[in-house]
Amino acid sequence: MTDLVYFVPLLPLLGFATLLVVGSRLGEPAAGWLATLAIGGSFLAAVGTWIGLVNRDEDDRVVEKIVFEWVPAGRFSVDVGFLVDPLSVAMILFVTGLGTLIHLYSIGYMHGDENYAKYFVYLNLFAFSMLMLVLGNNLLITFLGWEGVGLCSYFLISFWFTDEKNASAGKKAFVTNRVGDWGFMVAMFLTFATIGSISYVDIAGTAGQLSTKVATGIALLLFIGAMGKSAQFPLYLWLPDAMAGPTPVSALIHAATMVTAGVYLLTRVNAVLYEASGWATNLIAWVGVGTALFAATIAVAQNDIKKVLAYSTVSQLGYMILAVGVGAYVAAIFHMITHAFFKALLFLGSGSVIHGMDNDQDMRRYGGLKAFMPITAATFIVAWLAIAGVPPFAGFWSKDEILLSAWDTGGLNGRLLWLVGLITALLTAFYMSRQVFMTFFGRYRYADPDEDEVTAAWSGLVGASTESLELATTTVAAATAEVEAADSPEEKAAASVNLDNAIAAESEARSRVETAREAQRTRPIPESGEPNDAGVAVDFLPETVLARAEHHPHESPWQMTMPLVVLAGFSVVAGLLNLPFTKGLHFLEQWLEPALAHEHVITTGAATKWLLALIAIAAGAVGIAVAFRTYIQRRLDADKFERPVLAQAWYYDRTVSDFMGGPGRRLFDAITWFDANVIDGAVNAAGSAASRGGNFVRRAQSGFVRSYALGMSLGSVALLVWFVLRISS
Amino acid sequence: MIGTVLAAESGADGSFPALTALIVIPAVGALLLALVPSSRAEVHRQLAVLTTFITGAASVWVLLVFDKDDAGFQLRDGPTTWVESLGISWDLGVDGISLFLVVLTGFLFPLAILGAQPDKDPKSYYVWLVALEAGVMGVFLTLDLFFFFVFFEIVLVPMYFLIGKWGHGNRVYAATKFFLYTMFGSALMLVGILAIVFLNQDATGVLTFNIIELAESQAWSVNAGRWIFLTFALAFSVKVPLFPVHTWLPDAHTEAPTAGSVILAGVMLKLGTYGFLRFGLYMFPEATVWFAPVMLVLGTIGIIYGAIAATMQKDLKRLVAYSSVAHLGFIVIGTFAITSESLTGSVMQMVNHGLSTGALFFLVGWIYERRHTREIAALGGLQKAAPIFAGVFTLVMLSSIGLPGLNGFVGEFLILLGTFVANPWIASVATSGVILAALYLLWAYQRVFHGAPEGENAEMEELRISEGLVLLPMLVLIVFLGVYPKPMLERIEPAVEQLVDHVETFVPDWDEPVPTLVVPSDAHDEAEAEHDDEAEHDDEGEG
Amino acid sequence: MGELSATWYLLLSAAVFSIGAVGLLVRRNPLIMFMCVELMLNAVNLAFVGMAFGLNDIGGQVAVFFVMVVAAAEVVVGLAIVVAIMRRREGTTADDLSVLRG
Repeated sequence: MTDLVYFVPLLPLLGFATLLVVGSRLGEPAAGWLATLAIGGSFLAAVGTWIGLVNRDEDDRVVEKIVFEWVPAGRFSVDVGFLVDPLSVAMILFVTGLGTLIHLYSIGYMHGDENYAKYFVYLNLFAFSMLMLVLGNNLLITFLGWEGVGLCSYFLISFWFTDEKNASAGKKAFVTNRVGDWGFMVAMFLTFATIGSISYVDIAGTAGQLSTKVATGIALLLFIGAMGKSAQFPLYLWLPDAMAGPTPVSALIHAATMVTAGVYLLTRVNAVLYEASGWATNLIAWVGVGTALFAATIAVAQNDIKKVLAYSTVSQLGYMILAVGVGAYVAAIFHMITHAFFKALLFLGSGSVIHGMDNDQDMRRYGGLKAFMPITAATFIVAWLAIAGVPPFAGFWSKDEILLSAWDTGGLNGRLLWLVGLITALLTAFYMSRQVFMTFFGRYRYADPDEDEVTAAWSGLVGASTESLELATTTVAAATAEVEAADSPEEKAAASVNLDNAIAAESEARSRVETAREAQRTRPIPESGEPNDAGVAVDFLPETVLARAEHHPHESPWQMTMPLVVLAGFSVVAGLLNLPFTKGLHFLEQWLEPALAHEHVITTGAATKWLLALIAIAAGAVGIAVAFRTYIQRRLDADKFERPVLAQAWYYDRTVSDFMGGPGRRLFDAITWFDANVIDGAVNAAGSAASRGGNFVRRAQSGFVRSYALGMSLGSVALLVWFVLRISS
Repeated sequence: MIGTVLAAESGADGSFPALTALIVIPAVGALLLALVPSSRAEVHRQLAVLTTFITGAASVWVLLVFDKDDAGFQLRDGPTTWVESLGISWDLGVDGISLFLVVLTGFLFPLAILGAQPDKDPKSYYVWLVALEAGVMGVFLTLDLFFFFVFFEIVLVPMYFLIGKWGHGNRVYAATKFFLYTMFGSALMLVGILAIVFLNQDATGVLTFNIIELAESQAWSVNAGRWIFLTFALAFSVKVPLFPVHTWLPDAHTEAPTAGSVILAGVMLKLGTYGFLRFGLYMFPEATVWFAPVMLVLGTIGIIYGAIAATMQKDLKRLVAYSSVAHLGFIVIGTFAITSESLTGSVMQMVNHGLSTGALFFLVGWIYERRHTREIAALGGLQKAAPIFAGVFTLVMLSSIGLPGLNGFVGEFLILLGTFVANPWIASVATSGVILAALYLLWAYQRVFHGAPEGENAEMEELRISEGLVLLPMLVLIVFLGVYPKPMLERIEPAVEQLVDHVETFVPDWDEPVPTLVVPSDAHDEAEAEHDDEAEHDDEGEG
Repeated sequence: MGELSATWYLLLSAAVFSIGAVGLLVRRNPLIMFMCVELMLNAVNLAFVGMAFGLNDIGGQVAVFFVMVVAAAEVVVGLAIVVAIMRRREGTTADDLSVLRG
């Protein structure tokens, strides 16, 4: 049965190739269904492989399958092969399962797009690459998948490439990932240079003989790669920008699968991490938890529904890296799986919201959507509870494992790690609750005009009344002229009456202008969530506001809501994978054991464990409560939390962009100038020196026969003298 | 299997001078072309295509009959004495290192002719192009130093005319610069050649120009070897091009006509790298080992520097030209790391670069044909206007970036791997070249292809069938060599390993760098043995 | 006065040669310059004959023939060119004829 593993990456590859050739002819929705079938078949093959592995003895669960020899050169040889062991099987199960759901979702989401088939071409290629990454039996195959997913991410982020922003985001993602890839490549070289092989079986076998220095080097270099792919500080920059791609892409690639590749890689080489110095793994843990906190603070102030989720992903990945750093690989994988479910659900749900809100992604315009999109709202709420760490939903169990493992490493270091993780959990609960409250609860705000629009409306009103004032003034002037032009006393009397009326009308118009100006100055701009008391007349509201008032949010079609429901179900029950109560319930841990030789063993007492769990629940509750008070009850001022520095992501991205565009670009320009003017200048100078020298010598060729004759005679005299001297000596 | 059958049937054990044919066919073809009157324009193109096709087929035949286990020179043609009093002979041979360069030449020339047309005077154009093929084949095949020099210099003449007459704006400057710069570099090489021939005569009493004899006898002092290596190295450094003697390349590549650029980048740059292998490692092993650190540093600088310069170029073709400097930097460090992995990678990368950069020059040339501009700022949104063109460009660009699964990655990876074993710091710095490659290529792609097309860009014509057919073999190879490079690597390896052995033999205190730990199976046994010992001790302790 | 030895021939030859050399350098009229060249050539002839006489070697006299042939050839070609030029433009001097400059 384990032979079915060949089909796991093969089917998406065939799907990719088929759609590449005939995709545009198949069109919508056949192309989508073909792609979904491919990955669905892959999922079935993964299940078959899992069954095949389950049927084996526990000590026999590492199966290597070689397809062919890929690169033989000198002492180096690497095969295209698959490593079927509990870890890879766990990965392919949730990758293909989630992938199938998201392919299905995409069929509905991408409806009407002109490049419908191309989308599924990329998506299937992505599935293939991710599966190769996870199934590879050596670092190079993993790297093949690693770069492949990066490539597909580039294609999919810049899918709507006619907009410069999307194109730029795609390029940024690829180049930032490449910085991490540098680390991965050098790690591979170092591994080969010391072990002589880069296959996982060999690495695991000889890891014990590596010197600490080498092991630390390999570990840290691979971590650099993981920092790029799993979006840790400082290489996380690309992930928020990657939200420019279609939302299912964000769900699949940038939440559930590609970004977890770094965590997977480090777990895979846990034997090497074990041999590395303590400070290195501690560094990994601190970078992870630091990134988690950093990203959580930023998510608090984001207004784009997808950006909140992007930073949330960075933060949750930080938790997984923290787990890897302290050696709690099971916890990392556990959280990876639960996170995949609820984060994908959150993204797909947000996609549903965006779909129903006419592609508007600003949460300040949402509000009260629960009434319009019940299924989306319900599933979103399930995911919210999961990520906030509310038991019995899945996120609580996995996050708790990680926090417990952090605490368990002991000493001040472990306590601090736990504390930072706890604060992050609080913030997570807060910003996710904020997102849910702003989007689904409260008043429906979509038709509300925002500040600029109100200002525009008032200006319109003032302008209109000023116009009518001018009209009234003109009427007065005309009436006055009429009075003076009147001949007879009757006409004069009639004209005077007209004049009085006109003056009265003018003063009325003037007072109306005063009222309008006064109202414009003093009338408060309505805050989001408050009833609309701007009192602006509908006539003067801009077109955009009126268009929004016409809009009716709607629920999404079944192809989109069904995956949501399935994922919600998983978010509820996924905790069952590894409940902490008794050893017997540690299904995931037992399953992964053959692959994880150096799992950190928890030594904390049961009482402390309960206490820590309760504190974690309390932190989550506090976060939700504060968000409730701020966004539903409106008792706390939201501006205290949504600070500009957070909204601007601590100015880190801006600093990097400014540096690249400023000094970075100037350095590059300087080098190019150097090449064109100094080095090439030297070459051209050599050329011009030759030609100037020639010009100089040319002066001897005067054309004057007599000077030639003189030269000849002088020369011959000199020769004669020399000969005479030689003969005489 | 096909190879042995073909070899048996044609009697490739010496009766049919296949390698001479590879040189003679294009030469005769050029002569015939010159005789056809200018009025019959179509005949010129057809005859040129025919000649290069036959040569290409012959080179593929050589590939098929090549014995992959034989590390020496195969299909040996000669040595037939030519000038007895000087020891010059006609001697041709092909080994794992030159085999793929010969095939690349035979492969690229017909495509270059098919993929681009001259805008004036087709007769001379095709004469020069076909004559160029004869010269290039000669360089790769000859085993005689005199003929090597002749062919090495002779290829400059057709190239000069191709650039100078059919090129773009600044063509005369570029052609003259190319010619003089390269000739200046190789001026001293003649002195070096004569030096080793006469030194060898002094030591052995035999006057010969034969490469194999000279390399195997190594009849010169260490100092003399180093000096003479420098003369050769200068010539090859200019040809490769190595930083800082690289500035002829951007001008020559940019101003050359499309076919000229393809051949220049695809084949002619490899004359330099091939020279380093044959005359560096083979002829002067001691000097190569001694100068290796310098060359490694220069190569690494070339990688980073070329990439940075490429990033800031405003002309698309010039960008591709600078990328060649960067890519050849990789090949140079692979050559001077002197490990079997890096050398295999270098040889493979020579072919890879020819395919990917050749294809890039085709594509850029076709963009120029349609839009009459190479300025990146003037182009934009071409993916919307011509999606298939963009797709093909993407594939070739990814090969250049070194995406795993495509050919460029395999070569680059092997080079860096082998270099790391020899010198980890150089390899670590050189690997950052992959970041820069992604940067400049993707940024250029974004500016040229992404975005919304305006004006003339929106009407750019899609890839024509004829153009697609020219690129198709290159694309197929790009993917095939990335997925299944084993047949190619197998044929390169024996020659490379023999070369490394040769260096080990002639450089007494140098050994090939090795991975430091033992092979895994041995380690496993050792670890088990340890555990057994421990268990025994425990038992004894308890007992 | 001494014997009529070769020395006197050489002295005469030297004198004529100097006259010719200085004339070539100083005079500007092309025809005169040509005549000076002929003077120098004939001075050399004289030297050859004188030495042949002095050393009793017929080789010197043979050399004279060579020189005379060369001189004749040179006159034919050179004088023809000069006369042709002078016919074109009256009063040209050697200084004016500098078109073949570098």
